[in-house]
Amino acid sequence: MENAQLKNDPYNLIITGVGGQGNVLASRMVGDMLSQLGFYVTIGETFGASQRGGSVMSHLRISATSTFSPQIPKGRAHMIVALEPTEAIRVLRDYGNPEVSVLCNTRPIQSIGVISGEQAYPALKDIREWVRELSLSSWFIDATEEALKLGNPIFGNIISVGALSATKALPLDRESFESVLSRKMSPDKIPVNLEAFDIGAGMVRE
Amino acid sequence: MSILLQAEKGARLLMMGNDAITRGALEAGISVAAGYPGTPSSEIIENLSKVSEERNIYVEWSVNEKVATEVAAAGSFAGLRSLAVMKQVGVNVAADFLLHLAQSGTRGGMVLVSCEDPGALSSTNEGESRYYAKMMEFPLLEPGDFQEAKDMTKWAFQLSEEIRNVVMVRSVTRLSHASGNVVVGELPTVEAEARFRYNGVFLDQMEGPIINLPGIVDPLHARQQERLRMASELMEESPFNTYTGPDAPELLLITSSACTLYSREAIHLLGVDDRVGLLKLGTTWPLPSRLLTKYLSITDRVLIVEEVLPFLEENIEALAARIAPEIGIKTFHGKHDGTLPTTNELNPDLLVDALSKILDVPYKSVSEDYAKRAQEIAVQGSPDRALTFCPGCPHRASFWNIHNALSIDNRDGFMCGDIGCYSLAAGASGFQTLKTLHAMGSGTGLASGFGKLEGFGMDQPIVSVCGDSTFFHAVMPALVNAIHNRANITLVVLDNRGTAMTGFQAHPGLKVNACGEEVPDIDIQGLCEAMGAKVRVVDPFDMEKTQETLLEMLEDDKGVKVVILRQICALSPEKKGKKMFEMSVNEEVCIGENCGCNRLCTRVLKCPGLVWDSEKKTAGIDEVICAGCGVCASICPSGAIEKREVA
Repeated sequence: MENAQLKNDPYNLIITGVGGQGNVLASRMVGDMLSQLGFYVTIGETFGASQRGGSVMSHLRISATSTFSPQIPKGRAHMIVALEPTEAIRVLRDYGNPEVSVLCNTRPIQSIGVISGEQAYPALKDIREWVRELSLSSWFIDATEEALKLGNPIFGNIISVGALSATKALPLDRESFESVLSRKMSPDKIPVNLEAFDIGAGMVRE
Repeated sequence: MSILLQAEKGARLLMMGNDAITRGALEAGISVAAGYPGTPSSEIIENLSKVSEERNIYVEWSVNEKVATEVAAAGSFAGLRSLAVMKQVGVNVAADFLLHLAQSGTRGGMVLVSCEDPGALSSTNEGESRYYAKMMEFPLLEPGDFQEAKDMTKWAFQLSEEIRNVVMVRSVTRLSHASGNVVVGELPTVEAEARFRYNGVFLDQMEGPIINLPGIVDPLHARQQERLRMASELMEESPFNTYTGPDAPELLLITSSACTLYSREAIHLLGVDDRVGLLKLGTTWPLPSRLLTKYLSITDRVLIVEEVLPFLEENIEALAARIAPEIGIKTFHGKHDGTLPTTNELNPDLLVDALSKILDVPYKSVSEDYAKRAQEIAVQGSPDRALTFCPGCPHRASFWNIHNALSIDNRDGFMCGDIGCYSLAAGASGFQTLKTLHAMGSGTGLASGFGKLEGFGMDQPIVSVCGDSTFFHAVMPALVNAIHNRANITLVVLDNRGTAMTGFQAHPGLKVNACGEEVPDIDIQGLCEAMGAKVRVVDPFDMEKTQETLLEMLEDDKGVKVVILRQICALSPEKKGKKMFEMSVNEEVCIGENCGCNRLCTRVLKCPGLVWDSEKKTAGIDEVICAGCGVCASICPSGAIEKREVA
């Protein structure tokens, strides 16, 4: 951990999305990568009912010194990774602050309220403006589109992890990703996940 | 192989709370584990089933929590360390046996892990089981972080053996389903041998029969209470009760469980470490009264932090009243003075509010301008995301059919709901079909009662619903009751081949058990027929046949009818990601709002795999979401939704 430094301690990261987008796995991967570096990591999340098309959110607390609460206090997020754009707005409402960063996948998932016409889905252009207004820095990536090219929209989560690493917000690198991957997944799944990670990192570096 | 086994002693791992509990049980060298799935508890038995062969543990998904507790107790009676696991509502199911078990006592260490859900994030109530520990007089341990989840589970077995009684470990969603760092210990070599000894006399704990009987209840109960006193002595010295803070704090904060982490965070955020002392209790029943006396003596004001009901608060206040001559009069803050809410889970913000009020310290998380603007944006920018059945879920089709059949029948019929994903049918995605919803099996019990009210002029058709796992868990006795008492009802069993909501755990209707071994399956259709019900089995994706069958059953007014709607869950491992059909909308045929169908597919069926194209004014398919079940094609009146079989 000598070389790895946190910009804030605890560093509060939120990964949000819609049930079924692989939110839990993404937060686990990031948590494992940082835990492996020697940090104390707490991940708070809810699953179960929220899997069924609801909003899901993982709170990651990263500290060099101790275990923090699995719930981030309101207004205290440092980085929000949104696998779905309107979820970025929802999380900013509760956990945003003028210093927060946002990494946002631009592919919408319509809620049943939107599908049925009871509610309107906002224009992506507006979402971008709102995110910029409520944050210090932001990145927008079409992770789902790239994931579909890899054969499955679920890779949007790993693409986002790759993108997060390239923002340099946290000491996450390809090497630690690969090391976690090799412990968590069967060998045949490693190359495509590494590819997804690299694609994501490339999207932020561009 | 599982990290639960791999890790060397002393390694620091990132573990989910339920993994930590599992590891604790493994380090304790358990031989038997049984449970019934329920969020947030299910991962513990799942974890154990994966290592059962390697660690020589008998692991099962039992038919319900009462049987799970009995199976675990049998292990204990035969001298083995054993574990029963359930969510909080399951403890209610186990309670009858548990009360008797607590009185008879145990042999091999026996621990009941209850994973509870304050805030009801994945439950239909936020009831809890701490009160059982007091009422049934057994020890209760509540881990305050991930490390303790492991360590206390391990210690619970030792405590159980020292006092020869069952010990409860209570976790909550924010521990069980959260993850944190845990330093693991050694996995022991276990040489377990099972033998039930019964040749000694009554009341000989280790050699006699284990009997609860009138005539010996008094000595049994007295012995049970003596055991609790022994536990209380051990708890006075427990390393799981800790104090941090000044010698004479302005305020003593007493807490336990996940609230420990929230409390610590709030103290830190407000910077009041020098004013507040934190007494964290890991052993919450019986209370360590000498320890509490010591810390109550160092302050005049006390804040008790716990979730939902004031269990600690009332018990500590009662103690403080008893010892008032010694420690003086204290001011208590908590539930009774409204400092903390008596519903829903806590979080760091609620504690910041509480502490800032008591200590008069201002706190602001963000500027009012920012908060106001973020709120304004969120109103337009984050449309609500109501829970819904998954794309391809058979329940959407089932409830479409049930709802339509009840409407066509047109006699004000209604459905009594039950516990599972299909509980969502109380809401829009199930067309508000359910009109009652209570405990496991209660839908059919209520239906059985409604079905006997004809003599009072009740002429509404009565339908109940349950899933395949719920059927075995608690519906069978209710069904027997309905048949025996000639209630005129229809039970719809949504058979999706697994305990789907909690992640496809095995149940008695399947040919496979928790550990993946082949076992005899109990046939729901055959059972219902043997009981005397009229039974039909239909695929809910066959919309026409399903509605026809349901209507036929609703019209039949002789006794109990059972309709089994059988279709595998869309998320099941054998089905997930495999589409039956490639779906598309023929934009020339779909005329949207002008059709007269009221946008049946998007406005009424509301499958998340469908989208409404507001520019073209037609329905569409979201190929990322669509699971290819083909149901929407069956309901489109103009035939605009087309399905092509996937080769």
